[in-house]
Amino acid sequence: MTGPTDLDGASAAPLHPAAREVLLAALDRGYADPRRLHRPGREARLLLDNARGATAEALGVRPDEVTFTPSGTHATHLGLLGLAARGLRDGLPLAHTAVEHSAVLHAARWGGEPLSVPVDHLGRVLPGEVPPLAAVMACQAANHEVGTLQPLAAVREQTDAPLFVDACASGGRLPLPEAWDAAALSAHKWGGPAGVGVLLVRKRARWHHPFPTDDRVDERSTGFENVPAVLAAAAALQAVVAERDEVNARQHALVDVVRRRVAAEVPDVEVVGDPDDRLPHLVTFSCLYVDGEALVTELDRRGFGIASGSACTSSTLTPSHVLEAMGVLSHGNVRLSLQRDATREQVDAFCDAVPEVVRELRARVGL
Amino acid sequence: MTGDRLEVALELDCRDLPCPMPVIELARHLGDVEVGELLAVVAHDPAARVDVRAWCRMREQGWVGQDTADDGAPRYVVRRLG
Repeated sequence: MTGPTDLDGASAAPLHPAAREVLLAALDRGYADPRRLHRPGREARLLLDNARGATAEALGVRPDEVTFTPSGTHATHLGLLGLAARGLRDGLPLAHTAVEHSAVLHAARWGGEPLSVPVDHLGRVLPGEVPPLAAVMACQAANHEVGTLQPLAAVREQTDAPLFVDACASGGRLPLPEAWDAAALSAHKWGGPAGVGVLLVRKRARWHHPFPTDDRVDERSTGFENVPAVLAAAAALQAVVAERDEVNARQHALVDVVRRRVAAEVPDVEVVGDPDDRLPHLVTFSCLYVDGEALVTELDRRGFGIASGSACTSSTLTPSHVLEAMGVLSHGNVRLSLQRDATREQVDAFCDAVPEVVRELRARVGL
Repeated sequence: MTGDRLEVALELDCRDLPCPMPVIELARHLGDVEVGELLAVVAHDPAARVDVRAWCRMREQGWVGQDTADDGAPRYVVRRLG
């Protein structure tokens, strides 16, 4: 061990090296109001348009389908509720998979009558359970806690509801799926700065702004644009897309090592989520008889930063709704997600530490 | 499972215990009932709802269902299979 190892890349990635120079330069060049016609204003507008163009190209969408928001959560709220506006007037429910991010669940509860669609034990939505009619159907591209990829094409075939896709967990790492009417992404998850979300609204989608509007460059956005951060986010996205074949292959293999070693070396453990059809960088497992908070603390003490879906580590003291919907063990839970420069040495050191930590914690309760 | 309360050989009072103690108590007391008998754990811990069932699957014991204890607290019933 040379220092702490951040194994929580799905919560936040450090700023991508490709974004740093861009951000620093844009702080000076892109401060002005991009709506103004004077030179500094035109300069900011140029950078904003560049960011939009680069983001659209990296995602394979049209520039006029891209809206920058102050967070992935805000993009989620806008995308979901904007698509649902029409169906809500007809009294239709807001359908979502049982394993959506809490931002989706909160928006669905706020907007109207939510309808949860069940998943299998891998966390994959059951397309046959998707309602044929709904104000909106929300289905993530990939699950943020267990990594399982969702069958969006099959979901699309099951319903006439407009489809909202939370692509925050996979954004940049995996190609954007084809099936969506609106989608949300979050820059800090791909190595862009925090405070930048991306809302995508399909050109011919029936989308109505669900909140008070504004008079900005983009009619779907509100508030003064953070041009430097948006440009840096776009630069990071381009870099991540360019390197993802190499990074994904490496991370996928490293996660395979974790899945294999944890299952073999820790007794009474459940490694969950789809072993193959998954995010490349993320794995979740639960250890029987182990307190999740103690596990996070003990691993942190040994230099490993991990997340947990266990009840005792959440602000609400309830177990992860994702693990609950899958019917898998929720206590003693570890979510490991690799940063882009993760090494085999780090992964092996983690796998060496886990069995010992689990053994110690079980010994404390006499098991 | 709701409605009629099942007859169990042993009921563990884990009402005030936090996660993961109800499942730990279940494991500790499994041997206190005979194979084929029912064992119940009473717990307010919301994780027990998920984890008792998962424990049954992982430890190859029988998940019988959820009912309520005499004071209305959630109760999770398992059958010792081995």
